[in-house]
Parts: sequence; C-alpha cells; structure tokens
Amino acid sequence: MRMKLNYRTVIFAVAIVFGIFFSAPSLLQLQDGKKITLGLDLQGGLHLLLGVKTEEATKSRVKSIAASIKHYTQREDILVDALTFDESSITFSLLDIDDVKRVKNYLKDTTGISIDVNGESFLLELTPPEVIRTQKQAVDQAIETIRNRLDQFGLAEPEVARQGDEKILVQLAGIKTQEDEQRARELISRAAKLELMAVDEDRAARVQNMSHADAAAYGDVILDDVKNPDIKYLVREIPILDGGMLTDASMGFDQNNRPLINFKLNAEGAEIFGDFTGRSVGKRLAVVLDGKVYSAPNINERIGGGSGQISGSYTVEEAKDLSIALRSGALLAPIYVMEKRSVGPSLGADSIEASMIALIGGFVLVVLFMMLYYRAAGVVANIALIANLFIILAVMSLFGATLTLPGMAGIVLTVGMAVDANVIITERIRELLLEGKSIHKAIEEGYANAVRAILDANVTTLIAAVVLYAYGTGAIKGFAVTISIGILASMLTAILGTHGIYQLLESRIQKSKNNRFWFGIRESK
Amino acid sequence: MEFFKYTRPLNFMGKSKLALAISVFMLLASFVLLMTKGLNYGVDFAGGTIVQVKYNTEAPIDEMREKLKSNELFDGASITKFGTADEVVIRMKSATSSITVDIGDVTREALVGTGEYEIRRVDIVGPKVGNELKEKGIMSLVLATIGILIYVAFRFEWRFAVASILALTHDIIIALGAIALVGLDVNLDVLAALLTLLGYSLNDTIIVFDRIRENVTGSKNTELSEVINESVTRTLARTTLTSLTTFFVVFMLFMFGGEIIHAFAFTLLVGVVIGTYSSIFVASPILLWFGFDIKAYHVKLADKSKRELEKQKMRDQFESGVM
Repeated sequence: MRMKLNYRTVIFAVAIVFGIFFSAPSLLQLQDGKKITLGLDLQGGLHLLLGVKTEEATKSRVKSIAASIKHYTQREDILVDALTFDESSITFSLLDIDDVKRVKNYLKDTTGISIDVNGESFLLELTPPEVIRTQKQAVDQAIETIRNRLDQFGLAEPEVARQGDEKILVQLAGIKTQEDEQRARELISRAAKLELMAVDEDRAARVQNMSHADAAAYGDVILDDVKNPDIKYLVREIPILDGGMLTDASMGFDQNNRPLINFKLNAEGAEIFGDFTGRSVGKRLAVVLDGKVYSAPNINERIGGGSGQISGSYTVEEAKDLSIALRSGALLAPIYVMEKRSVGPSLGADSIEASMIALIGGFVLVVLFMMLYYRAAGVVANIALIANLFIILAVMSLFGATLTLPGMAGIVLTVGMAVDANVIITERIRELLLEGKSIHKAIEEGYANAVRAILDANVTTLIAAVVLYAYGTGAIKGFAVTISIGILASMLTAILGTHGIYQLLESRIQKSKNNRFWFGIRESK
Repeated sequence: MEFFKYTRPLNFMGKSKLALAISVFMLLASFVLLMTKGLNYGVDFAGGTIVQVKYNTEAPIDEMREKLKSNELFDGASITKFGTADEVVIRMKSATSSITVDIGDVTREALVGTGEYEIRRVDIVGPKVGNELKEKGIMSLVLATIGILIYVAFRFEWRFAVASILALTHDIIIALGAIALVGLDVNLDVLAALLTLLGYSLNDTIIVFDRIRENVTGSKNTELSEVINESVTRTLARTTLTSLTTFFVVFMLFMFGGEIIHAFAFTLLVGVVIGTYSSIFVASPILLWFGFDIKAYHVKLADKSKRELEKQKMRDQFESGVM
C-alpha cells in the first residue's frame, strides 16, 4: 500500500500552508504581518461623499481680482467709479480717461480674463478655460485641504480621494463617538475663509435699519457678529485681503489666558495690510471668518509686520481645530454632502457577530451534509472547503483588502458554492463507478468531465462578480472581492487539491473495494 | 447516501408544458406585483435618509413620533421597528446636504427624554447619488447579462446562450416579484444578490447544458428531447445537491445574518429555489423550442474539427518545409 506523492498534492499542501500562514495575522490579531482591514460597516466609522460648489470658486476668483484692482487703483490714486462684479465678470469705469492705459497695463499681468475697454469703462470676464481651471483647482484644493486637516486631526488613516470629476470621498474609520464625528465633520466643512474687511464708518451707525439691498447699493455688506447675531456690522464688500495671504496660524492665549489664534501674513499681505492700516487710523477693521465677524478692533496706528490675532470666546479645542483649518488653507469653494453613511461601532460589532453565526452555522450544515452524503469523499471535500476559507483570508490579508458586511456574506456564500465543485465531481465519479469503471478510470474521467462544467460555471459567476466590482460602491465591492477570491481559490482547492488527495489514496481505495465508505454508494448487485 | 439513483431517464420534456404553465403564471404574477405594488426603492436608489436608533428597552415608537413631529426636518418621516423591538429606523425621503447640520445629531437631540438610546447608523443619500447608483445598478445587470451571453455563446452555441439568458431573466423577474410581494427595500445589497443570482442560477444551467453538449456529441441518439431527458436526469443529483448546500448557507444568513443582511439573504433564498427550478424545467425546453438540431450540430462539429485538422496539416507541412 504505497502512497503516490503527486504534484497536485504538493501544490495543495503549499496552498494550505500559505493559507494558514498568511491568514494567521488576521485571525489571531497578531501585531505584525499584513491584516485584513474591517470595512466601515463592520468597525464603525464615517463615509462621506462630498460635492464641491465649484461655481462659488469662480465667484471668489472674481472677487479677489476686484480686490486687487481696488488696491492698485487706491495706491496709484486712480479714481474709479462703480466697481461692481457678479459670478464671472467685473465692470468699472475710470474718471480720468488718461488712466486707462495704466490700468490696462496693470491688468495685463492678471491671467485668465478677457478685457474689454470701451472709452473709460472696463468689462473684465473670466475666460471659459479659466472657469474650468478654477473649478478644477477648487476640487483639487479641497481634497488637499481636507486631507491636511484630517491628518492633523489625529485620526488613524483618514482616507480622502477624488471620485469622478468633482466628488470627494472621505472615509474615517477611527470615529467612535458622535462627538468625534461632529468635530471631524466641522473640521472638514469649515471654509476657514479669513477676510479682513474695512468697516464702513460713514454709514455704520445706520446698520440696524438697513436691508441687504440698501447695503449693496453702497457697495457694502451686512455681517453678523459670531457670538451675537443681533450685533451687525456694515463692512465694505471688497475685502482688504483674504486668507490666501496667510502663511501661518496657531493657537495662543491672551493676557487673561483665553485661547486665541495668531496669524501671519506673507509679504504681499503684510504690505497691503500696512498700507490699509496706515490710511485708516481711527477706523475699525473687521476680522471676518466664514462670513461672521469675530472682532472689529479700532486701528490705532499703522500695523506693519503682517501679523494679527483673532480673538473670540472659544474653547481650547475649538481654537485648535480653527487654527488647523486656517493653517491648512481655506476651501476655495463650499462643500456639501452628497452621501453620508455613518455606522456606530456597536452596530458593526453586532454585524460581525451575526455574520459569524451565519458563517459557522452554514459551515457546520454543509460539512455535516457532505460527510453524511458522501462519506470519505465528503471529508475530502470538507478539507478543500476549509483550505478554501484559509486561502480567502490569506489573500485578503496579503492585499490588505477590506472586509465588509456584504463581503462576509460573500464568504458565507462561498462556503455553499465551493463545495459545489466537489458535489459535481463526486457525483460524476459515482456515476462512472456504477457503470462499472475501475477506481482509477472513474477518478480520472470523473475529474476530466466535471472540470469542464465547473470551469464554465465558475467563469460565469466571475463575470457577474467582476461587473459587480466595477459598478459597485463601497461595501458591495467587498462582496465582489470575496466572491471572486473564493471562486478562484475553490478551483485550486476543490479541483486540484481533492484530485491530488484521491490520487494519493487511489491504491488504498482500490484495495478496500468499499465504495460505500469512500463515496457513499451502495454497490448495486 | 443517495437521494437520486439513476435507473432510467425521467421524462422532463414531457412535463415541459406544465412547467411552461407554472413559469408563465409566476411571471405574470410577478409582473402584476411589479405593476401594482411596485418595487420599494430604499435610500440607495431613491435617495433619502435613514436613521437607526437602538434603545435599551423596547423602543417607544409613539413617543418618538410625537417628539420628532416638532422638527420640520422629519416631515413625512416613517418610524418602523427594525429586527428587534428595541431597534427602530426613521426613514425620510429628504436628504440634508449640510455637513454641519447633521440629521444624526438632530435626531439625537430631538429624542431626548424618550429613554436611553444610541444612534447606530445614519445613511444619507442625495438625489444625485441615488440616481447615479440606480443607473450604475441597471448598467451592471445589463453588462453582466451580456458578458454571460457572449461567454456561453462562445463555449456552447448561440441557442444555449439565448436559452440560459431567458432562464436568467425568468429567475430575476420572479425574484423581483417576490421582493415586491413582501415589500422589501431595494438597496445596493439586493442588487448584489441579484447579480450573484445571475451567476449562480447559471451555474446549475451550465451543468445541465454541459451534459447535453456531451451527450449530443457523444451519442448516436438524434432525438433532442430524449438527450435532454437523459442529461437532466443524469445531472439531477448535482443540480439539486449543489443548490441544497447553497440553500443551507443562505438560509443561515437569512435566519441569523441580522436585519441589515435580511433583504440580501431573502433575494438569494428565493433565487436559489427559482434558479434550480429553471435549470431543470425552463432552460432545456427552450433549446427544444428554438429548434436546436443535433444532426446540424454534428455536421458543424465535424466541419470544425476538419478545418482544424487541415490547419494542423498545413502547419506541419509548413514547419517541416522550413526545417
């Protein structure tokens, strides 16, 4: 009774060792080694699909061009009348036609606008490529900014990725409480748009009786105080400068030990800031963040050096988050939620438990059935099945794949489908044995015939799985992954592996002449 | 153990009229259900909001309704039990797009005073994303079907491909009918189940077709219905047993997999049963109706092998010539 070692058995044994070795880190939760990551639906977390309001980006581009024209003309003592702007264009006219040349010359350096001069009136428009560029940049910048902010927030492996042209996918696995989630959401969405604006002192006294339309007529806007919305400020619509000129922001404390934010401006910003404060002594400067006035101190003297403070009654945490947001830059365009899925960790744990019960229950049923129905052949099939499970886990660990709830269902389903191959093979062998073929012939022919059918059947399932992967989102992709790996692994274990085992045992089977024991059939007499 | 002992071919084709009647009835019933009751699209496809809340004790649904009524964000919200008595879901057709005003936070605050609870899940799907997912879903079903059609046509013959696709369509429509009947929410997981069903039901069909192909090429019998009867009977054990093992695990998922996986498991449960039925009773008769002709197939195969033989001959001559 010699057992023939064959290449199939060797490959199968290697596959089993591979499966056990690489699935161990995930199964035993070892410190080292590559592990399967649990999907957000299993460990809890936040999935956000964000849209970018790109039209706001073009608008703010127009606004900043308008601000620079205003600054230039003021510095050069050029008198400008009726400087107005909308989403994509700016109009103004000069009082002195002799200045037209200088302004035109100045505007030459501004890229992406078309300039139309009619006498002394100017019409500037963003060119269509510039609009596209600005919008694309807004999305790029939003991704970059959100990534920066989340990195500094201190969560493990935040994931920020572009999806399609203007969608941003944010996945935060480490979120455990609703408070954390709220903080993360606020950090992500914070525009962090800092603007320093001049209070319109000529009309500020009348602000309580003014409508927004009245204010607009003077080229002003009405802004609320951050703490008390009843306090209103009337400020010039075109800001003196904005957060784009910020180089640093950090949390600090004032003399009463209350948290505040220190910021620094770049050279250009410092110059503009110095010019403005020098010109506006005795007036107020509004520090505006995201459309709310944080403070409006009096300007006592020219402020050089380009640094300032934003005070307000924040908590330390708020001040910290705010300085992160300012430091990582403003969002050029506001973002909004297109899709949100948040799962609490307790629900994830419940889902794991439920799917484990299903997996074990299904597994036990299948294993028992196979043993009862096919006897030794069933045991062989079960060995292949167990090997299959290990290999799925090993491959997923190696690739650091994400296991989701549908992915778990996929593994459960694989248990049912992976033994299919063995059912098909064993039935075929039985059939051939009943026809009176020898053990050797029955096994070889059985495999030869069954494999063709199994291959065709598996390929079609794979086609469905690949489509599912290509078109599925998030958790569903996980299902496609586990099903695909399961099918591929089953070809190795259920076809090659069991074939090897039979070849190994062939002489033994032949000798015993007990087809009831080996294949669960009664000899027909 | 043997459930199916082959003694002689069972006359499945003789029962094809009865099977046709059953299938037509189920298809019609499904169509009527889909027309009248319709599919209940969940948030994934319709867009909207789901908030899942778990209480320490039985969820006070009436009290919750009362509390939520005061906030206009919850206009038209439905509150239903989810699995167990202490868990509920609040469903809304609207989806908030603000990041800072979060429906989860709002719900948590609105429910203060109704007992001890925890917000376990918040799903918000904006209308744009919902439509995209729907389009992608339909695309994926269509693409998978086309892929399978091409593969089967390539491996077998076009009539086999058409027959299997018709059988699949039959399965999918009836599964959808069953979903409409019990009023399940159709979400992405149901789509995944349908696609799995597509692959799975085809598995069984292919096992039968493979045997028909084998018997057609290997035997002298040119009566297709007899060949089909023989093949279906021979594969009956496999078809039913493979379905049985899958049925076991899907049933386990259905029973113990938890509420979230419920719709997925239900769809597969129905699908496995229908898929098995269609592989035995639906797919093969279609071959017959499409007039698959064994003699013609033999001629075609003979042609093919002749061509290959000639090619091989030419190649041999060519190679020996070069050498």
